[in-house]
Amino acid sequence: MSTMIQMTAAQAINLALREEMRRDPDVFLMGEGSATKHRDLVDAFGPDRVRNTPLAEAIIAGTAVGAAASGLRPVIDLLFAPFMTYAMDALVNSAGKLRYLSGGQFRFPLVAMGMTGTGWCVGAQHNHNIEAMFVHTPGVKVVMPSEPADFKGLLKAAIRDDNPVLFFIDLGLLCQEGEVTEDPDFIIPLGKAAIRRSGDDITLVSYAKTVAVCLQAARQLAERGISAEVVDLRSLKPLDENTVLDSVRKTGRLMVVHEASGLCGIAAELAALVSTKAFPSLRGPVVRLTGPDAPIPSSWALEQAVVPQPERVVNATLELLGAAHSVN
Amino acid sequence: MQQAPKTPPSPLTRLETMLLIRAYEHQLVELQKNGAPGTCTSVGQEACAVGVVAALESRDRIVTNHRSAGHLIARGAEPRRLMAEVLGRVDGYCGGRSGSLHISARELGVVLTSTIVGGELSMAPGVALAQKMGKGEPGGIVAVFFGDGAACEGIFHEALNLAVQWQLPLLFVCENNQWQAFVHRLETMPDNAIANWAKGHGLPVETVDGNDAEAVLEAAAHAIAHIRQGGSPAFLELVTYRQRGHFEPDDQAYVAPAELDYWRARDPIDRQVQRLKAQGLIDDNGLTALERQTQASIATALAFAQTSPWPAPETLTDHVYA
Ligand SMILES: Cc1ncc(C[n+]2csc(CCOP(=O)(O)OP(=O)(O)O)c2C)c(N)n1
Ligand SMILES: [Mg+2]
Repeated sequence: MSTMIQMTAAQAINLALREEMRRDPDVFLMGEGSATKHRDLVDAFGPDRVRNTPLAEAIIAGTAVGAAASGLRPVIDLLFAPFMTYAMDALVNSAGKLRYLSGGQFRFPLVAMGMTGTGWCVGAQHNHNIEAMFVHTPGVKVVMPSEPADFKGLLKAAIRDDNPVLFFIDLGLLCQEGEVTEDPDFIIPLGKAAIRRSGDDITLVSYAKTVAVCLQAARQLAERGISAEVVDLRSLKPLDENTVLDSVRKTGRLMVVHEASGLCGIAAELAALVSTKAFPSLRGPVVRLTGPDAPIPSSWALEQAVVPQPERVVNATLELLGAAHSVN
Repeated sequence: MQQAPKTPPSPLTRLETMLLIRAYEHQLVELQKNGAPGTCTSVGQEACAVGVVAALESRDRIVTNHRSAGHLIARGAEPRRLMAEVLGRVDGYCGGRSGSLHISARELGVVLTSTIVGGELSMAPGVALAQKMGKGEPGGIVAVFFGDGAACEGIFHEALNLAVQWQLPLLFVCENNQWQAFVHRLETMPDNAIANWAKGHGLPVETVDGNDAEAVLEAAAHAIAHIRQGGSPAFLELVTYRQRGHFEPDDQAYVAPAELDYWRARDPIDRQVQRLKAQGLIDDNGLTALERQTQASIATALAFAQTSPWPAPETLTDHVYA
């Protein structure tokens, strides 16, 4: 039995990198300040495998794509998600398409990491939940963990995957602690959602730090005798359709909650999924609680207005159940 | 459009402005110790800001980046409205939406500010093109401030090439402060790279001691005269130093203490004080009085910012679309 230890999500990321770099000499890390930030990995694996790059996202990502096609397994840290727009050509046009366009001659085992999310008052050029943009991109996978153990398990799975994986880090989670196994073989497979709380009256689906918002809402709902099931997607692509569908077939109601803008987002996709595949089970409309179609402001007062708060989840649930009751 | 304040006429006003910039930055650092939103301070780079801005006229435009407080204050921005912006209040230049990292003040001609490194370089040629095509005041030019790190982005070369080919009235101002967040410049580029790269694009390039306000002013005035006369761009590399961390709070554990000492001994404010003393333009009493006056004005600015209201949540989606 391996031991569980308390650590932050940031430490869990570091541990995953360390274990995978030890396991596979082809894995290497680069980014603007990666070697500065992960001094211990430089000491353990040498400067060739932990590199500070020039400040140039396009060439960082492009280099990762070329290296991945040629047998290496790069992990790139692009710092904040909005900076990925500079890396878009390499990630979208090259990594996402050239396996297919070459008739399967190449594979692109690379991981691109980026932070995002509210809580730091840094404004829209640092805080932009662009994960759905990559869900919309053929050939790449997308994950966004919610707790330290998942940061470790999903990052390890992403590194081992033979496809490009976008690994989004909700900034607000980095310093949060949780139990993480020291087992180097522990991975969380991509495309597996987790049921964080089971319930019968409504399914609350979320990911990243918004999972905690749903759990808080579920506790408040329980005090009113309403039993909410909370599903943490963990992977946005591949999407664990079955876990969501099974839950909705049981509860008959679906609410999807995320910070990212609602238009053409994950919640919209899940609404389409359940209305296509679980329509007879639905006892009410699918509800989406998402961020607005707006850049995220810096001001704390406005930033908080963007975040789906537990109260909003509770109120929307009560409204949905009320509506359902009056229909019944 | 409101006129930008008149060009500070003397070395003494440049000292005053540098003291104001530093006091402003230090005040924010104090607030950040208690959890106020972070900033990228321009401590150590004040001479770059006051030197270049002193050479600009009110018809000229400024495009800048995340480390912009010096540029803004040198251009006449009110510390109280800057502080209100950093604190996310309605009286900030951007109503609290920007915070510290993308403060534009159109009324001052500080037109577009991006914290995406290279974003300033991507937009500046367009602002200069508009000046050239008659959208600005006649004869106006554009100054774009960016860092040594931005010179690593491909857009640096794209902007230079376009500006040269299209003969744009654009002054490139690279504040080479030796650091690119947590990576030293010498880890990402050869030592003389910035000036050499710029020269390769075929425009006049000057490398200047960026901690000497008067030298910066002289070089900027010279470059701007070239731009106004010939209608084509010029490039200044201001060699300076980021005395504090990248983004507050930052303990600078990754910085060699000897390097910090070296540059602190070349502090731009101390340099200006020495110069003015040597010329008999200020003495210790005068300096103390000036510092006290600056402190008092920053204290007033802070009180204003802290009592400025928060923006109302209902205004969240205002200004998304025109
Ligand atoms: C495209 C992009 N990449 C990375 C960052 C994160 N970042 C902000 S400032 C900075 C360093 C910039 O260095 P430099 O251009 O020299 O300006 P300085 O901060 O030294 O003034 C970095 C890496 C960013 N804001 N934008
Ligand atoms: Mg720099």
